[in-house]
Amino acid sequence: MEIKRQMKHQKEATPEWAHQITKLPGCEKLFSCIQCGTCSGTCPLSIYMDYTPRRIMNLVREGFREDALASQTIWLCASCYSCTVRCPQQIQITDIMYTLKREAIKSRLFPKRFPIPALAREFYGMVSKNGRSSEMWLVMRMAMKSNPMILLTMIGTGWNLFKTGRMTLRREKIRRVSELPHENAKAMEVR
Amino acid sequence: MSEEYLYFPGCSLKATGRAYEESLLTLFRLLDIKLDELEDWNCCGATSYMSIDEEKAFALSARNLALAQKTGKKELLAPCAACYLVLKKTQDYVERYPSMREYVEASLKAANLPMGDKIRTRHPLEVLYNDIGLDRIRSKVVRKWTGGPVACYYGCQAVRPYYEVDKPVDPTRMEELLEAAGIPTVKYSLKTKCCGGSLTGTIHKVGVRLNAILLKEAARNGAKVVATLCPLCQFNLDAYQGEIRKQTQQNLDMPILYFTQLLGWALGGDARALGFRRSISGQAPMKQWLSASKEVAAHV
Repeated sequence: MEIKRQMKHQKEATPEWAHQITKLPGCEKLFSCIQCGTCSGTCPLSIYMDYTPRRIMNLVREGFREDALASQTIWLCASCYSCTVRCPQQIQITDIMYTLKREAIKSRLFPKRFPIPALAREFYGMVSKNGRSSEMWLVMRMAMKSNPMILLTMIGTGWNLFKTGRMTLRREKIRRVSELPHENAKAMEVR
Repeated sequence: MSEEYLYFPGCSLKATGRAYEESLLTLFRLLDIKLDELEDWNCCGATSYMSIDEEKAFALSARNLALAQKTGKKELLAPCAACYLVLKKTQDYVERYPSMREYVEASLKAANLPMGDKIRTRHPLEVLYNDIGLDRIRSKVVRKWTGGPVACYYGCQAVRPYYEVDKPVDPTRMEELLEAAGIPTVKYSLKTKCCGGSLTGTIHKVGVRLNAILLKEAARNGAKVVATLCPLCQFNLDAYQGEIRKQTQQNLDMPILYFTQLLGWALGGDARALGFRRSISGQAPMKQWLSASKEVAAHV
């Protein structure tokens, strides 16, 4: 068994990063956190997280970038906004979590083969291209990119959905795909 | 005066949440209100799109608002909690952050679309409560409810962080609407606790656990039905009851129905048109009251 240092040294932190985060939409109030833990207490998922929301807030404002970005916590957040509406300091914790997810994707620090970021990326690709999501195909792609065994937990549910007419194999697509943000982004660059 | 709303179904209401669309259209028909589906609408982006690219997420959602504005109508009805929240958030962010506005505006302009900032996003719960009103619902009731007490489950994104649908922690409008239709409700302290959304598909055990807690508490309070207003909540509570039965050792078989199905039933809607057959759980208890209520009693 490998013994590692569990405590962090201040010099490993990048406080400038925390300051950059507070300039992003929804993250302005990060530094007013009083570490009361209301967010962790109200979060339905905190008991499954590697860092509770309160600890994530502290990691971010102290500048421990990699620990925050590589955490499972930010992906387990289901964006129910419980913490956001209950925070006594009006910190938009859910929006900070979103910002961290995007940073983790950009810097490729998200946990690999973890189904939640896999789902987000596949969903993003599908909707960017077609303008709509096709649940059945999305689930298949998510499983292939993370853990194909997940599909075993879904066979029964899939069959039930099929029987009740709630699942199709059709690939949904809007008519005017050219109006989607990805196409527009190309046009915006040309200009 | 003909009442009319523009309507944005979103992906779920065309797939796993079909009963929501069916019952919504039926209910509004019974109330003589017209719903017009937004032409060529796109996915709202939900939580996943936002996790990858914020600017494009708002531009994506803004296309729906733009299409709505082009119709000349002022209001857009979004029944899915995720769609509702994303539309609201898009307008909020575009209004608050000039940089976001600039991006969204440029993106729409490249597609020859206007900014949809005159559109007001509405949720059917709040439309039924505010525009149509309890009295009008009450006056239209033709069926006596025999399905037992109902736990009203609001979930998260319809009530948070924007407070137009109802209060964020202890909302009551669904109860008021159902009671007006003669459907008794029970106290339900977990009414705004999140169902975990897509977690049942990703971290399966955790997702199922959250829903087991929600169902157990509803049953403990004497509910025979759970009413929802979100396609994902309905799916999670409905589709995994087999596993939840095993996990909790409880004999649960509870119908999980959209509040629009319950109101539509009280107002005399047809069972098929209200999509009751699309439920996976609770078919046995449902059969009892669906057939029992044939002898329609004037209930005013």
